[in-house]
Amino acid sequence: MKSRYDFHVDSLRYLNDQGLPLDALPTWAEESERVLAAYRNMVLTRTFDQKAIALQRTGQCGTYPSVLGHEVVGTAIGQCMTPDDVFVPYYRDQAAHILRGVKLSELLLYWGGDERGSAWQDCPHDLPIAVPIATQCCHAVGIAAAMRIRDEHRAVVCCLGDGATSKGDFLESLNLAGAWHLPVVFMVINNQWAISTPRSLQSGTETIAQKAIAGGIPGHLVDGNDYFAVTDQLLQALERARAGKGASLIEAVTYRLGDHTTADDATRYRSAEELKQAWERDGIKRLQRYLHHRALWSPDQEQQLQTDCKATVELAVADYLAVPPAPATDMLDYLFAKLPKALEPQRARLVVRHGQEDV
Amino acid sequence: MPNVTLVEAVNMALAWEMDHDPNVVLLGEDIATNGGVFRATVGLKERFGYKRVMDTPLAETLIAGTAIGMATQGLRPVAEFQFMGFIYAGMEQLVSHAARLRNRTRGRITCPAVFRAPFGGGIHAPEHHSESTEALFAHIPGLRVVIPSSPQRAYGLLLAAIRNPDPVVFLEPKRIYRAVSQPVEDTGEALPLDTCFTLREGDDVTLISWGASIHETLQAADRLAEQGISAEVIDVATLSPLDRDTLLCSVAKTGRCVIIHEACRNGGVGAEIAASIAEAAFLDLQAPVVRVTGYDTVMPYYRLENFYLPQVEDIVAAVEQVIAL
Repeated sequence: MKSRYDFHVDSLRYLNDQGLPLDALPTWAEESERVLAAYRNMVLTRTFDQKAIALQRTGQCGTYPSVLGHEVVGTAIGQCMTPDDVFVPYYRDQAAHILRGVKLSELLLYWGGDERGSAWQDCPHDLPIAVPIATQCCHAVGIAAAMRIRDEHRAVVCCLGDGATSKGDFLESLNLAGAWHLPVVFMVINNQWAISTPRSLQSGTETIAQKAIAGGIPGHLVDGNDYFAVTDQLLQALERARAGKGASLIEAVTYRLGDHTTADDATRYRSAEELKQAWERDGIKRLQRYLHHRALWSPDQEQQLQTDCKATVELAVADYLAVPPAPATDMLDYLFAKLPKALEPQRARLVVRHGQEDV
Repeated sequence: MPNVTLVEAVNMALAWEMDHDPNVVLLGEDIATNGGVFRATVGLKERFGYKRVMDTPLAETLIAGTAIGMATQGLRPVAEFQFMGFIYAGMEQLVSHAARLRNRTRGRITCPAVFRAPFGGGIHAPEHHSESTEALFAHIPGLRVVIPSSPQRAYGLLLAAIRNPDPVVFLEPKRIYRAVSQPVEDTGEALPLDTCFTLREGDDVTLISWGASIHETLQAADRLAEQGISAEVIDVATLSPLDRDTLLCSVAKTGRCVIIHEACRNGGVGAEIAASIAEAAFLDLQAPVVRVTGYDTVMPYYRLENFYLPQVEDIVAAVEQVIAL
């Protein structure tokens, strides 16, 4: 029998768990300011995350999905994308949102139960957080198709988790991205757990990256705790997309170090030992060790950064907590571009029951 | 002025708008080279190119979601679902995203997309090709549901749907795709959305319907006129948001109302209309509101479909019933 088609999945890693390079780093890694900025964003994200959880625990924020363990991938995404690109997130992309211009107070406002938290004043074009799993993949290919129709050299980055790769939305989008050669990068953040369902029960494939083959696009495996690996692969994928050469899939392997959300208790389904091992591969610690090796970072700088991040987060929390409630009529006023006549009586009822701001 | 069928009017509206707005693009299964299984998009690929008239893979979730993605970028996509029976795979996209994007981003991201689908029974189609499930969509806040019942209204309402800054589910009654022709002026003039059309004025009873059933309703009105009963006929056209004012004014005048729809009765749009009349015009009523609808069962396969669909006799009998009271 003749072999008709064979495939392999490459895997990229630059740093070992101790932050030492395994190989020569890509040339852009010499831009130490870029690497330092990445590290600062990761620490800010983690500081924010801890605070958001604390706010939820004290009744000041709603159910919140911790980003713990995703800071490296999100930071790489935020750095590699240009302002003209469009980010299509799921719901654990805080690190990327921060670099894309979303305010920390807006993120808190969103998880604090207020639609205005998706109105993103300084990030007008990215899609809002997508809660229904994998549905955003279809939007990503639609946006990429719009770019193709208009002959623009822009790209879309679409984030999803390992669980989302089981859904048809993802597979249908992957298929279209291949068939139409769309400028989109699917970033699958494989954190090993979809709430309580482990990666092994999600799919029988050896890797998620290889699912790209079925869509006719390249799939790459990267160490999702390795800032250099994620960034390098993503830079290549984005360059390919913007050059009109088509889509890519990147599987970034990491670990969800926190609970699924503040409403979840991961001790019900995974062992303390597994979690302990995952912490040893933590990407922030790894990058910090690298910076120390390269003499780019000192304990004093670390102390200062921690202080700065806490102050930044506290300011954001103050902004968030100071946001007055929206008028009840907002629930109708943004449904359509113009309030249909049919809804006027219901709006009037809201005004009678709850008052309103002048519109 | 050419005499055109309803499906030709759809094609005319698409062509006009594509010609005048470069942001209008079409996507769907078999719509480009084949021109659509009903030929609604015939000739458009040749005229506007494959870049704007796109054959998609056979995946309805994808068609809905891709159109939404395009719409967020300021394109005006018109997505075709080949039959309403296949729209359900796109339901999550319509309900959770198209209907919500403007609201959930407080106007930052919008979805000016049209989702077209042929619907309804009466053409002896295969299983899953004949249902009328417009109520599913009318129930969803944020979606407009528009159903034309003539070539002129298909032309004018589709133009309005494409130009509308919010998502529209545009359901085309395929039983009357080619049943009637009428002159349609290709001037790009839209008809108003969110507005009922009074097709015939009358004093004794208000007949409310939409889509293909409008034709049985108009025939019933003719027959009732022979009996000396003057029926007002209203085409709802936009099922959601509902133009209650026109309906209530008519019922205030006639005091009697019969609602006719092909969809099954339970939870149908007729129920919403009847409830609205009961709430706002109860004292005007001289008889209970009566519905003539499909039965509360699975749409029968075609050997039984004519027993299911409301017939002229059913409408006449219902009117006689409310007039007798």
